[in-house]
Amino acid sequence: MAKADTHQAKTQFGYRRHPDQDRPGQSTAEHPVVVVGAGPVGLSLAIDLAQRGQRVVLLDDADRIGEGSRAICFSKRSLEYWDRLGVGDRMVDKGVVWSVGRIFHGEQQLYQFNLLPDDGHKRPAFINLQQYYAEAYLVDRISDLPEINLRWRNKVTALESRNDSVALTIETPEGAYRLHAQYVVACDGARSSLRQMVGADFAGQVFEDQFLIADVKMTAEFPTERWFWFDPPFHAGRSALLHRQPDDVWRIDLQLNRYADPIVEKKPENVRPRIARMLGHDKFEFEWISLYKFQCRRMDRFVHGRVIFAGDSAHQVSPFGARGANSGLEDAENLSWKLDRVLRGASPASLLESYHVERSLAADENIRESTRSTDFMAPNSHQEARLRKAVLSLAKETEFGKRMVNGGRLSVPCSYDSPLSSPDADAWRGGPLPGCSMLDAPVATRAGEQAYLTDAFRKDGTDFTLLSFSNGAAIDAPEGVKDIRIGGEGGLADPSGLVAKRYGAEPDSAYLLRPDGYVAARFRHPTREAIAAALSRAQGLNRRLA
Amino acid sequence: MPLSTSSNFARPDDAFRAIVEAHRGFTDEQSADFDAALVLILANHIGDIDVLRDAIVLAKRRMIDGQQQQQRQQQQQQQQ
Ligand SMILES: Cc1cc2nc3c(=O)[nH]c(=O)nc-3n(C[C@H](O)[C@H](O)[C@H](O)COP(=O)(O)OP(=O)(O)OC[C@H]3O[C@@H](n4cnc5c(N)ncnc54)[C@H](O)[C@@H]3O)c2cc1C
Repeated sequence: MAKADTHQAKTQFGYRRHPDQDRPGQSTAEHPVVVVGAGPVGLSLAIDLAQRGQRVVLLDDADRIGEGSRAICFSKRSLEYWDRLGVGDRMVDKGVVWSVGRIFHGEQQLYQFNLLPDDGHKRPAFINLQQYYAEAYLVDRISDLPEINLRWRNKVTALESRNDSVALTIETPEGAYRLHAQYVVACDGARSSLRQMVGADFAGQVFEDQFLIADVKMTAEFPTERWFWFDPPFHAGRSALLHRQPDDVWRIDLQLNRYADPIVEKKPENVRPRIARMLGHDKFEFEWISLYKFQCRRMDRFVHGRVIFAGDSAHQVSPFGARGANSGLEDAENLSWKLDRVLRGASPASLLESYHVERSLAADENIRESTRSTDFMAPNSHQEARLRKAVLSLAKETEFGKRMVNGGRLSVPCSYDSPLSSPDADAWRGGPLPGCSMLDAPVATRAGEQAYLTDAFRKDGTDFTLLSFSNGAAIDAPEGVKDIRIGGEGGLADPSGLVAKRYGAEPDSAYLLRPDGYVAARFRHPTREAIAAALSRAQGLNRRLA
Repeated sequence: MPLSTSSNFARPDDAFRAIVEAHRGFTDEQSADFDAALVLILANHIGDIDVLRDAIVLAKRRMIDGQQQQQRQQQQQQQQ
């Protein structure tokens, strides 16, 4: 139902025969890496790998970008990643920026929150953007990258793992062909068939309540905020969500009970009165209506030999918290530099195990948060409902009650308790710990230009980077490590003092950042030896930790 | 164990009585609602997740002991 005429980017693509399908005799094309699935995760991963110089084959069984109502909220972290992939501006220019949410109970506002209360960040807490735009911009970006060969209507139907490669069978409109890959990354979504092909489980919880998701088009005066209701007057006893998207499209989620008949509930003539009650008028058009039952599940292991799972294929969450696509994008940024190093022979294959370790922690955290939110919205028992009622009523008059109300805890990057991190050897007051994501802050170039730390980080491609705070004689970064210097001659200026403040830094402090922008180690008084040791640990070269 | 189980009230009977009296006139349903709110208020006041967890363990033990006792009684009755 999504209207093609509102799209500014191409969303329909043709199948094209590839020479790999015409190999003589028994010979099979060999590729370093095949990414299966051109959703937000597969597309982003392919771009990241290509920017690192890898040749990537990207396969998708469809010939168009998925339409309709899926992800809309993209996090600051995802936008910073997309900046590195060269698509951040386009996403932000089209998206609607927001950071404020309000929670209502009945007619009364319980509280409001601001997800990014302080200034000095290049990117906002969130933008809302239809997933089909995000995918379309990523596909556009791929057309600049000759390293990526994107093949539509190429469906993987069989997979055979070998010692030194993976053999894939791929179905196309013109018949099947085979490929060999050193590594396969399965980004083929929650219903992943590759997961079945490696014989892996996908265990977790199914929530009984159903949610009606409608995207409606209307001109409205509501502010660009996330509004969430418990027990609203227009939808008694259940929850509702209203959120703005570009093109005057609004996302509406209405909780239904577990017995609701999807076919009946989805009929526009049944949805219309519900939404008219919510909006107080019926001057709107439907863009999309669907009914979902949500699940929180994950694979036990994300790495199966040479087949690696990322995004919804590896873990699925309910959407309250916007942790689906956002966490899949974090998978992609975590995996791509590691896979690139392994493919180049710069790190041993055991480095990939750290992808499983780190992203498992994130998946568990995301599942925990999404499960708690969904349970709060749809209590499982009388007693759970009673405790929720108590929280909601206490929220009206107490601060602690407000903080317990759970209308979705929105996606933030996970911090990793990781074998790649070197623990602090010095005392720090503040700043991101090893295993945490870098923080943005304003900087100024020598020419006086305003920029951000995340700009400096991604300039000339993201690699290991030493962020150092000058004491006049800053230490040189080891071979192959980029340098960002704050202060001193030739360094970036910190006009607002926010870089030093956010990093808890003093002159001589230094942070070793990984290519995905996570802190590998930090030093009050760095020495070449300490930096080199942390670097080899973060690159998985330290056997002890593999 | 960070949970204090020694007697903390100078006049424990007053505390017990205050809770009992708060329930007077409630139906079971209302009492359960009231208890839910009271538990949350007190839990927040304590503000220590370890203490809360210990308290939950201690309270749960009563339930388990109770269940076991019931089972034992049932078994004895069956044997008789
Ligand atoms: C109602 C709703 C709201 C949501 N809101 C948000 C939100 O606000 N923020 C957020 O971050 N997330 C949100 N999500 C989750 C988000 O949509 C998903 O997490 C995201 O799409 C996952 O991306 P992916 O690339 O892993 O998989 P998908 O987007 O599912 O892409 C998988 C791709 O693989 C292809 N494929 C499958 N099998 C094969 C095969 N055998 N061979 C070749 N290709 C194959 C498919 O055609 C598809 O293109 C929401 C989801 C729903 C349902």
